[in-house]
Amino acid sequence: MSNLNQNYFEKITYRDALRLAMHDAMQEDKNIIIMGEDVANYGGAYGATKDLLKLFGKERVIDTPISEPAIVGAAVGAAMSGLRPVAELMYVDFFGMSMDQIANQLAKIRYMFGGQISAPMVLRTQGGTGRSGGAQHSQSLESWIMHTPGLFLSMPAKPNDAYHLLRHALKIDNPTIFIEHKLLYNTTGTLDKNDIGAPFGKANILRKGKDVSIISYSRMINYAEKAAEILEKENISAEVIDLRTLYPLDRETIITSVNKTKRALVLSESYYTSSVPSEITSIIFENCYKVLKKPVIRYTAEDTPVPVAPNLEKNYIPTIEKIVEYTKKVCN
Amino acid sequence: MSNTLLPKLYKTMKRIRTFEERVSELFIKGESAGTMLHLSIGEELGPACVGTAMQENDTFTTHHRGHGIFVARGGDPNRMLAEIAGKKDGYCKGKGGSMHIADMTLGHLGANAIVGGGIPTVVGAAMSYKYLKQERVSVAFFGDGAMQQGILYESMNMASLWKLPVVFCCINNQYGMGTKIENAVGVKDFSKRAESFGLNTLHINDLDVESAYHKSKEIIDSARKFKPGFIEIECYRFYGHARMDKSPYRDESEESEKRKLDPISFASNQMIKNNILDEADIKKIDNDIMIEMDKAMEFAINSPINEETEIFKDVYSENDPLPVSLDEKINKILNN
Ligand SMILES: Cc1ncc(C[n+]2csc(CCOP(=O)(O)OP(=O)(O)O)c2C)c(N)n1
Ligand SMILES: [Mg+2]
Repeated sequence: MSNLNQNYFEKITYRDALRLAMHDAMQEDKNIIIMGEDVANYGGAYGATKDLLKLFGKERVIDTPISEPAIVGAAVGAAMSGLRPVAELMYVDFFGMSMDQIANQLAKIRYMFGGQISAPMVLRTQGGTGRSGGAQHSQSLESWIMHTPGLFLSMPAKPNDAYHLLRHALKIDNPTIFIEHKLLYNTTGTLDKNDIGAPFGKANILRKGKDVSIISYSRMINYAEKAAEILEKENISAEVIDLRTLYPLDRETIITSVNKTKRALVLSESYYTSSVPSEITSIIFENCYKVLKKPVIRYTAEDTPVPVAPNLEKNYIPTIEKIVEYTKKVCN
Repeated sequence: MSNTLLPKLYKTMKRIRTFEERVSELFIKGESAGTMLHLSIGEELGPACVGTAMQENDTFTTHHRGHGIFVARGGDPNRMLAEIAGKKDGYCKGKGGSMHIADMTLGHLGANAIVGGGIPTVVGAAMSYKYLKQERVSVAFFGDGAMQQGILYESMNMASLWKLPVVFCCINNQYGMGTKIENAVGVKDFSKRAESFGLNTLHINDLDVESAYHKSKEIIDSARKFKPGFIEIECYRFYGHARMDKSPYRDESEESEKRKLDPISFASNQMIKNNILDEADIKKIDNDIMIEMDKAMEFAINSPINEETEIFKDVYSENDPLPVSLDEKINKILNN
C-alpha cells in the first residue's frame, strides 16, 4: 500500500483494498475503532489490518483476548454508545461461539428496543476452504446470517467492491456482517475510489449472456467467470451475476436475468441444504416459473463437514470443470 | 538413583521434539496437509510430566498444539504423521488432520481447532466415569489463550460443583498467536482463578521435569478421589505460532534468551551430573528416536490417499445411508 492517497489503482490486492477502506474510513471518522484477536501487532491473521496500529495507535486498533462472545458483545455495546467498531472474528467458524451476541443481541437491538437505538458496527470475518484447515476452520456460514433478520450481509469478490462495500458499511446505521474468503486476499483487481462503488443491494452483472444465468458471490465468482469463458468457446453464452451483498439482496437483477436466459445455476461454497443458493433458487422458481426451461441448479459444497485431506478438500467444493458440465446440461 | 524416572521422562520429551521436527520436515517436503501445524518444540515438559502421571485408562482432550501430548500418551508416530499428511492410514483417515487428531483406544477424546472447544468434554467424560463407577480421570490440555474463554470457567464450576475427576491443564507458552500474555490478561495469576472455584492448583515454572511429574501426579491422584484440579505449566514457544509464522512480533533476543530454557538439555545435564546416564547412553537414546521418527515420516509419505467416497463416510452412523453426493443429486434433477 505505497500511496494511500492515490484514487485509482490498476492492480490492488483484495487484502489491500480492505486495509485501504478501513484506513480511509478511520481518517474520516475518528469514532471508528478496530478490535479483534491479533488485529493490531500482528496485523490480522490474514494481514487485512496490517500497519493500521502504526497509523492510528493502540486506542483505535485493539488486540483483544481470545474471547469471541465478548469481542462481538463489547463491539455491540460500543456501537450503542457512540463508537463505530470494526470487530474481527479470525474465522467465520467462530460464529459458533459468538452466535448469541450476533443473532440475539446485535441483530435485534433496534427492533426489541422499539427503534430507540441502533448498533452501527461491522463484523469482519473470513471463511472458505483451500488451506486444509479442516472442519472447524473452513466453513461458509453465510446462511446463518441471512437467516437472521436485522443484519446486513456483504460478501464481495472483487477488490473494488470490497473497498466500497466496507466504506459503505461504515457509514450506514445497520450492523453489517462482512465475510471475506481466505483465498481471496491475494487476488487482485482494480480499485477506483471515485467509482460510485457498490451500494448495498445492487448485484453486478460481470458478464452479459443470453443462454444461462450463473449467480454467485464471494470466491466462487472467480470460478463462474472462468467457467463462462470456457462455455463461450462451446457457444454457450453465460451471464455471470455477482450478488455482492446477500442482505439487502438484489432480487430484481436475478429475476430480470433469468427471465431473459430462462435457465440458471446458483453457485456457492456453502453447504447445499438450507443455504443461500436454496433461497435464491426459491426466488427464481417463485418469480420465473413460467419461463424456466430447466430446473434451477444449486451447485455448492457437499453436505458434509470439510475434510482436511487435500485431495478430498479439493473436490469437496465446486470445480470449474463441473460448473461447465452442469451448465452445459442446463442448456441442453 | 535407580528408581528415578528421569530417563523415561527425557525420552518422552525427546520423542516429542523429534516428532515435531519431522512434522516440520513433512511440510518442507510438501507432504503435510496444509500449513496449520502448531509445534510444541520448547513445551515438552508439560506433556511429558502430566502425560506420564496419568494412568492407562485416563482420557484427555488437547488444543491445536497437541501433538506432544498425544506422543506422551502413547500415540503412534506413524499414524500421527499420516494423519498430519491427510492420508488414509492416519488416526482419523486424514479427515481431521493435525488440529483434530483423536484416538479413542488411547483415551484421546480429540484435539480441537476451537480455542477452549475441548474443555467441557472432560467434564462430561468425568460425569460418565463417576456414574459408571470407573476409576478414571479426564484431563483437558489447553493454551494460555483458552484462559480467556468463558467456557473454561463454566467447566471449572461444574467440575467443582459435581466433584468430578477432572484436571484442567494449561500449557502457558506466553503467547496466543502474536499476542503476548501481558496484552491478553489483566491478572496473570491463573492459579488464583482456579482456586476461586475450589480446585487444587499447581503452578510449574521451572525445568525440573521429574519434580513436575511428582507434583502433577498428586493433582491427578486427588482428582481420582473427586477433587478436581488445575495445573499451569509455564514454558516458551520456541518457534512461530504455526509452521509459516516467523514471529516478527517478538525480538530475536527474547527468543534466543528463552530458548536457553530448554527442558530437554536441562534433563540431559541432570542425568549426566547425577550419574544416571552418560553421554553415550543419551546419544544412543537420541539415535533410536531419530530412527523411529524417520521411519514414521516414510510411513506417512508412503501412505495412500483416500478414495473420493471417503468424503461422505462418518457424517452419520454406519447404519445410516451415506449423504447423497451433489453429483448424484444434480444429475438426477437434470436427467429428469
Ligand atoms: C475460538 C478460537 N479463537 C481463535 C482461534 C484462532 N487461534 C488459533 S490458535 C490461537 C492462539 C491460541 O493461543 P493459546 O491458547 O495460548 O495456544 P498456543 O497456540 O499458544 O499453544 C488463536 C487465536 C481459534 N482457533 N479458536
Ligand atoms: Mg499460548
